[in-house]
Amino acid sequence: MRLNVNGTEHELEGVDPSAPLLWVLRDGLGLVGAKFGCGISQCGACTVLVDGEPVRSCSYPVAAAVEAEVSTVEGLAEPGGELSAVQQAWVDLDVAQCGYCQAGQIMAAEALLRSNPSPTDADIDRAMAPNLCRCGTYLRIRKAIKVAAAQRAEGGRS
Amino acid sequence: MKTAMDLPVEIEEAVNGIEPIRIAKIGRREFLKLTGLVGGGLMLSFTGLRAAATGGALHPNGFLRIDSEGITLYAKNPEIGQGVKTSLPMIVAEELDAAWEDVAVAQSPIDEATYGPQVAGGSNSIRVNWDLLRTAGATARAMLLGAAAVRLGVPPAELATRDSHVVHERTGTRLHYTDLADAAAAMPVPDASRLPLKAPDQYRLLGTRITGVDNEALVRGEPLFGIDQSLPGMKYAVYQKCPAQRGRVKSFNESEIRQLPGIHDVFSLEGNGNPLELMPGVAIVADSTWAALSAKRQLRVDWDETDAAQDSWSDAVAQAGRLRREAGATRVVESGDVDAALAGSAQRLESFYTYHFASHAQLEPQNCVARFANGAVELWAPTQTPHRGIDNVANTLGIPADRVTVHQTRCGGGFGRRLYNDFMCEAAAIATRVDGPVKLQWTREDDMSHDLFRAGGFHQLEGSLDAEGSVTGLRDHFITFADRGRPVSGGSFRPGVFPSGLIDNLRLEETALEWRTRCGAWRAPFSNVFGFVIESFVHELATAAGRDHLEVMLEIFGEPRWLDPGNPRALHTGRAAGVVRLAAERAGWGRAMPAGRGLGLAFYFSHAGHVAEVAEVSVDAEKKIKVHRVTVAADVGPIVNLSGAENQLEGSVIDGLSTMAGLAVTFENGRVEQSNFDAYPMLRMPETPEVDVHFVASDFPPSGLGEPALPPLAPAVCNAVFAATGHRIRTLPISEEGFSIV
Repeated sequence: MRLNVNGTEHELEGVDPSAPLLWVLRDGLGLVGAKFGCGISQCGACTVLVDGEPVRSCSYPVAAAVEAEVSTVEGLAEPGGELSAVQQAWVDLDVAQCGYCQAGQIMAAEALLRSNPSPTDADIDRAMAPNLCRCGTYLRIRKAIKVAAAQRAEGGRS
Repeated sequence: MKTAMDLPVEIEEAVNGIEPIRIAKIGRREFLKLTGLVGGGLMLSFTGLRAAATGGALHPNGFLRIDSEGITLYAKNPEIGQGVKTSLPMIVAEELDAAWEDVAVAQSPIDEATYGPQVAGGSNSIRVNWDLLRTAGATARAMLLGAAAVRLGVPPAELATRDSHVVHERTGTRLHYTDLADAAAAMPVPDASRLPLKAPDQYRLLGTRITGVDNEALVRGEPLFGIDQSLPGMKYAVYQKCPAQRGRVKSFNESEIRQLPGIHDVFSLEGNGNPLELMPGVAIVADSTWAALSAKRQLRVDWDETDAAQDSWSDAVAQAGRLRREAGATRVVESGDVDAALAGSAQRLESFYTYHFASHAQLEPQNCVARFANGAVELWAPTQTPHRGIDNVANTLGIPADRVTVHQTRCGGGFGRRLYNDFMCEAAAIATRVDGPVKLQWTREDDMSHDLFRAGGFHQLEGSLDAEGSVTGLRDHFITFADRGRPVSGGSFRPGVFPSGLIDNLRLEETALEWRTRCGAWRAPFSNVFGFVIESFVHELATAAGRDHLEVMLEIFGEPRWLDPGNPRALHTGRAAGVVRLAAERAGWGRAMPAGRGLGLAFYFSHAGHVAEVAEVSVDAEKKIKVHRVTVAADVGPIVNLSGAENQLEGSVIDGLSTMAGLAVTFENGRVEQSNFDAYPMLRMPETPEVDVHFVASDFPPSGLGEPALPPLAPAVCNAVFAATGHRIRTLPISEEGFSIV
């Protein structure tokens, strides 16, 4: 089975095709940004993009991603390289508390801004509703998305 | 008080070429000796080595290290989202006068001898470590000043420190700390009691907004959390316990599980008799998490439930209904004559409040990596109490504590759940049966069924008003839970509990129902529900008196005073009145509201924090509540990290709203009826109100913010709902009364 993650092709051996993408990423490829929270698509901590669309990788069979491009939070910036506008806004606005949900939040925000470069509050609420933050950082997430949108519009970071 | 320029005598003597007093050689590394609690404050002294052993690095205590390469500060306590990995080093940096940009922060090892208690709990990190960390920074600063004085041949009094430099103003000389580290390391470590500390008006870093030191690693998805830890050759385990807590394994389909793909082993564990350590269950060890999880779904266990929990919430509700008007079994607080106050009152009120059990639902399910070899075990654990974890694991395995090593990881939420280390004990016990390292992974379902729950409870209240509408008496019969006679965590009044000392005639009494399921500390233990009960009922009394709620609250506080003089964790009525007035003023208390819209006010004191909140809500005919804004005013003394402090208050409001809205855990036949987030619906972004945060700039000793802003939220919202609709909510979550937050 071949899986394209963040632009790199991986040859997977002995993987159960019904295994959730989340566990293949975490245990198989060592990409631990996407998190396990509930296992039933309720919390969004495992959110990654499949062909640009946010999916809950905890209940997304890896076989369904084989022909697609999978993007995880690790692929948004080169190691040590410049952060994406969304990542930078998360850092600058000090969004995180425990931070456990934030990789999923960031991927949901990336997907939103790629399809809707200047979202309204209602657009943001709708796009982000699948992602729980147990610490309650929603106000900062909303603000960070607006900051990132503005920066992308100015032609700064992507 | 000494000014920041005074130097301890050892440094003066060293600068003047006098042989300093030799400090006893204690061990191979410097350490802090905690001399114990005196008068409620933490007294400490530093005992340390000359720095010859540190190879030119200035490392006078465990909290900092300066060498020619840079400045490293060590964060001692577990990071669970409360921000201590950033805020605690900020305190060191302030007294060190290090520029924050120059500082690298590292998580300290678990080492009680060097760091003292390393705990995330009780909103204590700032309060308990304040003097310790200030002194740690000031120690190094004094040594750097001494080294600079020697190098420049000038009196120390002519030197100042700023932005990681010792500065000699007269000659314009600036020496960076990294260039002085070698010489400073040769200075004697000064006696902590002689160190000058800054006055608040000298702070440059504290009180500013500093972003979290792990922010960049977090947004890059780096492996910070317990669940992210991985070791070469690691196996993956799950552990199935009886759905009714404390049940034992009779038998299970062992041969079937063994044949499933990727399975290395399956075995049962007896448990060690301590439900906070190891309960009986079946372990499955596999070559991937998914293989283990898949096999767990096929696992069929026959449980012996003789000693298991049989708890039933519906039974508890029925019993509480029968008991509420009777006298409580135990009187915990008794002052004045509440019977006379009630009998002689102009008006008398009676109300019955109920709140459900709640789950911690920290987003990172329990997990732990363990490696056992040669009678010793090493663990990588997201725990709030690593030292207790060492003892728990040692007890579980029957090995000495010095054979247990714990590495702390970032925690994906705590909220009190990770004060308990059952997951560490399970991982350690499984590791003794596995060749090489193993990671134990709980599912969300494991977490929901084997939480240590925030206990539910019932309160029968009676209150009295005199002819002027002043509160004269209050009686609260708390119907709670006990496990074989021992009150469950958070399930008992403590002497001094709010509003003790504020109402002349007060009786707090309780009756406990038997309960076997584990209960535990949940963010702002007991306060998170007592606040709802008492602050709602005071509003009921104010309403019955036809008086303004704010006016009645201020009357109850009375003259500014400490309720327990000399106790830094006691309520100060002046601080209480201060935050209530500030929240009311900023929220526009008293302004006219359209129909269906209202303001509600509440105050609570917990964890040394004084916090008032005002909620502004609209309620429609379908009982849908829109919380427009919550205004928070807090007095916790000086603020260390303003960004972190604001984040904690915003989060406390949202956590409080989430929990009061629809989160209930119910039990039947000892089993939790909710298994995952679909039945435990936490608040999401669309329902989030605006949160407007204000701090009272007071110079009381600083205290923590992880918890005290949560208790006032539920009563503020319920009081606002009453103002908007005339309906008094007396049940949490409010979904039980048909309300929802939209």
